Amino acid sequence: MDKPEYNYAIVRSFVNWSILWGLVAILVGVIASFQMINPDLNFPPYLTFGRLRPLHTNAGLYGWGVGTIFAMFLFIVQRLCKTGLWSDKLATFQLWMFNATIIAAAVTLLLGYTTSKEYHELEWPLDVMVVILWVAFAINIIMTIMKRREEQMYISLWYMMASIIGVAVLYLVNSAAVPVSLFKSYSAYAGTNDANVHWWFAHNAVAMAFTAPPLAMFYYFLPKSTGVAIYSHRLSIVAFWSLVFMYLWTGAHHLLWTPVPDWIQTLAMAFSVMLIAPSWGSVINGYLSMNGQWHQMRENYLVKFLILGITFYGLQTLQGPMQSIRTFSAFIHYTDWVPAHIHMGTMGWVSMIGFAGIYYLVPKIYGRELYSIPLANMHFWLVLIGQLLWTIPLWVAGVLQAGMWNAMNDDGSLTYTFMETMVEMYPYWWARSIGGIIFMVGVIIFIYNLILTARGGTSSTAAIAAEGRA
Amino acid sequence: MWEKKPVLFLLLATGAILVGTIVTMILPFAWVNTEHDRIETVTPYTALEQEGRDVYIREGCNNCHSQTVRPLVAEVLRYGDYSKSGEFVYDRPFLWGSRRTGPDLARIGGKYPDEWHYKHMDSPRSMVPKTNMPDYKWLRDNALDPEMIRRKMAVLGFPYTGEEIEALAGKNEMDAIVAYMQKLGTGIPWREAATTEIVGELKNPFMGDPAAVAAGRQVYLDNCAACHAEDLSGDIGPELTDMSAYDEAFLYEIIYNGITDGGMPAFSTLGSKKVWQLVNYLMYRE
Repeated sequence: MDKPEYNYAIVRSFVNWSILWGLVAILVGVIASFQMINPDLNFPPYLTFGRLRPLHTNAGLYGWGVGTIFAMFLFIVQRLCKTGLWSDKLATFQLWMFNATIIAAAVTLLLGYTTSKEYHELEWPLDVMVVILWVAFAINIIMTIMKRREEQMYISLWYMMASIIGVAVLYLVNSAAVPVSLFKSYSAYAGTNDANVHWWFAHNAVAMAFTAPPLAMFYYFLPKSTGVAIYSHRLSIVAFWSLVFMYLWTGAHHLLWTPVPDWIQTLAMAFSVMLIAPSWGSVINGYLSMNGQWHQMRENYLVKFLILGITFYGLQTLQGPMQSIRTFSAFIHYTDWVPAHIHMGTMGWVSMIGFAGIYYLVPKIYGRELYSIPLANMHFWLVLIGQLLWTIPLWVAGVLQAGMWNAMNDDGSLTYTFMETMVEMYPYWWARSIGGIIFMVGVIIFIYNLILTARGGTSSTAAIAAEGRA
Repeated sequence: MWEKKPVLFLLLATGAILVGTIVTMILPFAWVNTEHDRIETVTPYTALEQEGRDVYIREGCNNCHSQTVRPLVAEVLRYGDYSKSGEFVYDRPFLWGSRRTGPDLARIGGKYPDEWHYKHMDSPRSMVPKTNMPDYKWLRDNALDPEMIRRKMAVLGFPYTGEEIEALAGKNEMDAIVAYMQKLGTGIPWREAATTEIVGELKNPFMGDPAAVAAGRQVYLDNCAACHAEDLSGDIGPELTDMSAYDEAFLYEIIYNGITDGGMPAFSTLGSKKVWQLVNYLMYRE
């Protein structure tokens, strides 16, 4: 069989751009975190917290997150199908459409053009761009799968296809709006309906864009990195189908105790708890695949990123269902507990797997071994510590504030005014900002390492490692 | 065999995704925002209020403020009556939010006089010293665009008159957002219903006890000084230097229940002990 011609150039471009947007997202996040500590750091009209926060989330989720997903999917699909991309031109179009969309998103969000819907702030002309982008991507991936030279579709391809379909359905339904002008529209749905549609979108965007794709990467890169196959194929099948079936019922756990009908809330709560099973199916499958390979945690930095990533996925998918229970939600919802939950997922799970995938790709896209493994290890520890210093203080802060909000005197009056509870948050917000800075330093080291690799530098350790192998 | 057939796989995956979608996202349209949810007294936003809502959206206020009061004891005490589905039928989009860096605003309408909001939006820290809310004084510099607002009202299908649109000409975005604040949560007469009927005779438990007066001073600084000034000379609220015309029980009732149409918020959430300390501070301080 002739060797297929893989398009790695496009993968490299997506990796480079997604890292750039990732750095922007982290930087804006750190700035916004300081704005919460000191309101004098708001510079109206463009650089206020209310406008920077959506820029942070959009750059992170769509620039870094989806950018990495594009890179990884375009790589993995070629390898698993043993064929080049269906269309290289379409992939190039996708790259520039992606960057155009992210730049347009950054500009319009700073100008205040927003729908206000969390994680779907982009106004309707940008929605159109996103749809074109996603269709181009979907066609290329699906057509590549169609012309594959490997009959069996590996687990990663299932998650990729589910992601493509899922995001398309979610985004289209939640985009429905009536335009007033080029940059102003009103949602097609009102009030409680709008809330229910939106959180169906937002929660499942997490499922379809930030759970399924990292799992696709994990199932591909873990065996590739360790050299050992996934422990149980059957467990992968059960976990996959139950995950894609159950996730879609859970959006209303973001709306517990709101005017959304109780039965929807109860269904969401029940399915959220059930979701522990398929989530942990993948976690356990990952752990058991490490049987006899745990020594690689010491020796192989890729494995470290992957196993810590899946561990945070496991914690995330235990904490999430817990928060979906009415009584617990009544306590911690609206506090800093929730941003900490999200950041364990983004910084601890999605980013960790993304870093691992990029490190794995380095020899293929830059044509040489990584410049420095010690720097990669330092990157690992900084992003791990940064994330923990971000999340743990805010869980404490969330419990503290929730306790103060609920504290009552003997005569049935409230013990604390709102401001008395808010001022208690400042020390924890400082810890978060410091955690964010540490994470950012880790990512800057990562970028430095990649730049030196791309430029062809070889550090002494890499040379020794290369010699040892030869 | 689905592992070898991508078209079949895509169909199966779409089916799996659609079941939960249909039950929890599509089906609710049959119940929500129907006659069942309807509340007679809830009205659409006026042109000025709707424009204020759009400023609220543009500035991302929803990133720090929620707009739903949950049916939980501490929450109803703090913010007011819990939110009903029928109150949101004119909200496109919904603005319930997910984080309370600042307080919930679902029931803010009518709590404070307009002047409080103007002052607070100009410089939140002048009213609430340790707040992290940014200043929005600059909204005063942005004049409204009546024609654009008319188009918005038409798209939303909300009733408006020519005079109402013309009247927007001299107004700015600050006027709009304050009007919007004052509309929030007023679709049902909950504030009147929440007033406490005081039964029996009110008796001052402290009778000018200096410790209570000192405690009352602190309660005053934390809760009242922003409107009545630190030295009681008055600002948004009236001067309070001479309270000899009031009787204890009457003063207690004003503080506890507020003056619904006079812009004085109810301070029942402080509890009766603190309210009595306030009364003692106002009447018996040296």
